[in-house]
Amino acid sequence: MELAQFVKDFELQFEEVEPNSITPDTIFRDIDEWSSLMALVIIAMADENYNVKLTGDDIRNSKTVKDIFEKLKVK
Amino acid sequence: MANFSFQHIELTGIAAAVPKTRKVNAENGYFPKEDVEKFTQTTGVAEFRVAGKNLTTSDLGYEAARKLISDMNIDKNEIHVLIFVSQTPDYLNIPNTAPILQDKLGLSKGCLAFDLTLGCSGFIYGLSTLASYMQNPAFKKGLLICGDTSTKTINPEDKSTALLFGDAATAAIIERKEDANPVHFNMGSDGSGYKAIIIEEGGYKNPYNTNSLDVVDYGEGIKRNGCQLALDGMDVFGFGITQAPKTVKELFEYASIENSDINYAVFHQANKMMNEMIRKKLKLEKEKVPYSLEKFGNTSSASIPLTMVTQLKEQLSSGKNRLLLCGFGVGLSWGSCYLTTENLTMPNLIEI
Repeated sequence: MELAQFVKDFELQFEEVEPNSITPDTIFRDIDEWSSLMALVIIAMADENYNVKLTGDDIRNSKTVKDIFEKLKVK
Repeated sequence: MANFSFQHIELTGIAAAVPKTRKVNAENGYFPKEDVEKFTQTTGVAEFRVAGKNLTTSDLGYEAARKLISDMNIDKNEIHVLIFVSQTPDYLNIPNTAPILQDKLGLSKGCLAFDLTLGCSGFIYGLSTLASYMQNPAFKKGLLICGDTSTKTINPEDKSTALLFGDAATAAIIERKEDANPVHFNMGSDGSGYKAIIIEEGGYKNPYNTNSLDVVDYGEGIKRNGCQLALDGMDVFGFGITQAPKTVKELFEYASIENSDINYAVFHQANKMMNEMIRKKLKLEKEKVPYSLEKFGNTSSASIPLTMVTQLKEQLSSGKNRLLLCGFGVGLSWGSCYLTTENLTMPNLIEI
């Protein structure tokens, strides 16, 4: 599981984000388009692309995109 | 995994009742317009029904049952078991609501009547419980009343629930028939997720106290008190998109069926994005998977029968149909069921 690929997958879920503007250290709550519904989209992406079930706590306890990746990796 | 089958029972009638009062999300005054639009787009819920102070779940269920019993010309003495599935009973379980309905409907005193406290999976659980009794030929007919007035448990300033849940109740008649097609079930529970959908206070673990009505601001558009419904949307979502396809796949394998064996697949109406993911994972054709949540929201244990009444009335009221029904949510708990209906009696939607 590659961090770079995950960041790309993460970014693809957003419609109004410039390509390659999201990095592992991006604080995802600061993205304009971020919302509680976007969290669902990310959970869906993790399920579809990585076959991993992220929980609400996984998202709540993460700050950066990399934090989510770390949670995903250990599942 | 729990796979099992029942013989000799058939679902023969379904009726649904909703309050007349509509609430349209686009007219919501509590949240920014943009947020509401996004919410509507994602969840698919444009409007829902609200029972006022003077209308209970059992009132809705009563009207649905009364109409169904009368349309089917059922001898009330033949209804030997009545189950009321709800999380919004008339009283906090003392007494159960089912006996009140037994009396109000004029059913015999020989009728077993009790409540089951379940939500999203409730219709499937109720059906399987009724079917279990009815394996015994002493039971001729069973009445299953399902529903909730969830809006009464919700804080209008809680974005995670206030735009999603609607009120409804339904009634279903199950009959003992010696030559009925078998009904197959796959059901299960996972209590590790009990906090995903919860009312924290007012039970006997966290009794109602002087602070229970204090509204707490949790940020991100979520305000509620301890006696109001709390929903962890992310946990429920993760659960739904994995467990719902799983239970259906297990059922298919157990019953040796595939998508082409099904005329319609009716899912609990959780939210459109979640349900569509489930549908796609199962490769079910769009035409086979109806939705009622656009107009009625998430109606808890009423959602499957309400969807049948409002979306499939014509299709199910004549001829044979093989149906997949699947409920999943609060508990956490889930169930899926494969059954055959023939000329299902379905009165028009009742509005009170």
